[in-house]
Amino acid sequence: MTESEVAQQSAEQPTPGIVPAANRTVSSGRRAILSVTDLKKYFPVKSSGLIRRTVGYVQAVDGVSFEVAEGSALGLVGESGCGKSTTGRLITRLYDPTSGSMMFEGKDLAKLSAKAMTPMRKEIQMIFQDPYSSLNPRHTVGTIVGTPLRVHKVVPEKQVLTRVRELLEVVGLNPEHYNRYPNEFSGGQRQRIGIARALALQPKLLVADEPVSALDVSIQAQVVNLLRDVQNEFNIAFLFIAHDLAVVRHFCPEIAVMYLGKIVEIGERESVYNHAHHPYTQALLSASPDVKQAAIGGRRERIRLEGDVPSPINPPSGCRFRTRCWLAQDICAKQEPPLLQIGKTHKVACHFAAELGNHPAKPITAPLLGTDDQGNHAPGSSPVEFSTNPGYDETWFDLKTKTFGNR
Amino acid sequence: MTQTNEPAPQTGTGGLSEPTDGAATDPFLVVEDLTVKFPTADGLVQAVTGLSYSVEQGKTLGIVGESGSGKSVSSLAVMGLHDAKRTQMSGSIRVGGKEVLGLANDKMRRIRGREVAMIFQDPLTALHPFYKVGAQISEAYRAHHDVSKSVARTKAIEMLDRVGIPQARTRVDDYPHQFSGGMRQRAMIAMALVNDPSLVIADEPTTALDVTVQAQILDLLQELQKDFNSAIIIITHDLGVVAEMADDVMVMYAGRAVEFGSTRQILTHPEMPYTWGLLSSVPDVTADPEARLIPIKGNPPSLLKPPTGCAFHPRCPHMDKVPGNLCKTTLPELTPGEHGEGHVKRCHLPDPSAIYVQEILPEIAPDLVEMTINDQFPQKTGTGLVGDSPSDDALPKER
Repeated sequence: MTESEVAQQSAEQPTPGIVPAANRTVSSGRRAILSVTDLKKYFPVKSSGLIRRTVGYVQAVDGVSFEVAEGSALGLVGESGCGKSTTGRLITRLYDPTSGSMMFEGKDLAKLSAKAMTPMRKEIQMIFQDPYSSLNPRHTVGTIVGTPLRVHKVVPEKQVLTRVRELLEVVGLNPEHYNRYPNEFSGGQRQRIGIARALALQPKLLVADEPVSALDVSIQAQVVNLLRDVQNEFNIAFLFIAHDLAVVRHFCPEIAVMYLGKIVEIGERESVYNHAHHPYTQALLSASPDVKQAAIGGRRERIRLEGDVPSPINPPSGCRFRTRCWLAQDICAKQEPPLLQIGKTHKVACHFAAELGNHPAKPITAPLLGTDDQGNHAPGSSPVEFSTNPGYDETWFDLKTKTFGNR
Repeated sequence: MTQTNEPAPQTGTGGLSEPTDGAATDPFLVVEDLTVKFPTADGLVQAVTGLSYSVEQGKTLGIVGESGSGKSVSSLAVMGLHDAKRTQMSGSIRVGGKEVLGLANDKMRRIRGREVAMIFQDPLTALHPFYKVGAQISEAYRAHHDVSKSVARTKAIEMLDRVGIPQARTRVDDYPHQFSGGMRQRAMIAMALVNDPSLVIADEPTTALDVTVQAQILDLLQELQKDFNSAIIIITHDLGVVAEMADDVMVMYAGRAVEFGSTRQILTHPEMPYTWGLLSSVPDVTADPEARLIPIKGNPPSLLKPPTGCAFHPRCPHMDKVPGNLCKTTLPELTPGEHGEGHVKRCHLPDPSAIYVQEILPEIAPDLVEMTINDQFPQKTGTGLVGDSPSDDALPKER
């Protein structure tokens, strides 16, 4: 395994060792199909005027690591501007990453040339949010769904149409409609066309970027069920990007919560939704309106976050959430909280990680970072080396005993 | 408010006129038998048909439905925003006792913004990019008040401050693009409320916003409603938003009201298959994640040629329980529901409560079956901390 080549001007970032994805397993015991380590994407911000100098960077994605298991689904949630869509576009290589690695089938997608990437595109397909703008209005459905087949020469030209009709049938459309144009279909049907196009090459990984948020409520359920059917039938892994916590919870056994380019909490559904340890996750969960709760009377107290997400051009020092966090103390401005594994399949990046209402008064991370409780370097104590493993380790930091181990 | 010679509510639509405590306050907005049609090249689009409802001062009505159900069209009619040349409208809309349907434009202009104001879905397109936020708010104020620019500006600053824009004194001179999404929506709310309107129509006010910002805006609306005692109509497709905001809910389908009742009635004892469909097709954060969602089959109907009989019948899974071909041939009237006054639904089903409890609820929320049968829900407590509400224990917990 080679050392990760850090592209362009990011010498200050440490280069993490790449762990071969194939040798490890993820939570469900399944093999990791995609293993992303310390992925970064900085967009340059240019000055105005004749000489357009780079005056800064939008740190859209700043060092995220995660794994997607074969045939499973990882949900990426977060508010607009948190970098979840950029992450999806990096994995499909619609953007070139600034640094980091994306191991897929033993190859690092981050380093492949455009030419070497071509065969990989068969394996990784994408479903887009807006079924109106992601289909060419001047092409028939047959052309749209058939194009990937022709480009990759998967089937001989004569069989393209047969295959297209099969695909249309799989996604629940009338196979005889291959000759129609996208404008003749409703939003839900168009999204089905987008799904048929993504399925055409029988990918192993599908990046679904807000696949249902543009659809009507009654249609959303149809599309979510369809995605689940194709996942089970073809054993496709999903990177499911959405802002709707309920939909993500429904679809994904594993969930990563992003805030301003970083993963703040990642874990199995049950850990993240029922035992959220990061204040941002807790705020997100409390803010999403819950029909049943309201119906039967017990309304959950909303955690009211003040203000908006800060600019990713000049993110807050230390913990990026601290400007809106009600727990923030001195250490949060000085030290960035490490993404610490606190359970078998649960990681969280917070100095005061705990379930809602039980947040400790003192930072749990101070002894690990080798600082005092205010975040200043404490003489004599050395920081613990944190694992850069995109998956989960055998041992983790136990919040009760404040030691590493496994129970 | 002037007393109107309000006709006796017709049978069937009576529930929509909220007879419960009509003695105390007269409904500020009364819509009766409103029909809106648009002639197009393809034919006549029947956007809204025979719609009646009313909203009292200080109350919130939630209108729920899919795109094309007529929820926005009906509220634009209240605002008088349909082009009279291109729209065929009939029925009656009374705002504060005054008939506004068919009102001349200059007369309507005195009501619009003053007595009825609107908050639009997308604040970026609803605010003019070329003018400063403060200028747009003061313009709205000066349209109805004969005051100097500086007085209006002071008013704008006051309103921006009221809706929680930090440093309102300086931000008043910002352009919309300098505001974040949440701040723009706050500015829109400031603009809508600057004339202290008695009715605010919020058309999907939080759809374009992130959930944490959505929570801020919903809280703000509720807070402002308390201060200004205005009536609010909140139009949304999100039942969660309705559940938290509305006193009453009207469910619309294909241009008609199909169910109306208090939020509690609609959410705990829905009696119309379309409402069931809406409730079961949204996953919620407490349901069993492995359970399949139960979507509503098919697509919303075309309003050029709405289905005969009940407009929902092509998508309704319960048609076989209705004798004969009734669903296909006869439009059901709005008939009273079985759980409390004021609840009406438009459906032929003979015993909807039994079907809901036996077939629908076990699929979507098995833990609520008992409570629904006995009709014993914890009283709405408003806010409570997580975990201390008795209902929290009733919800499924995953170990």
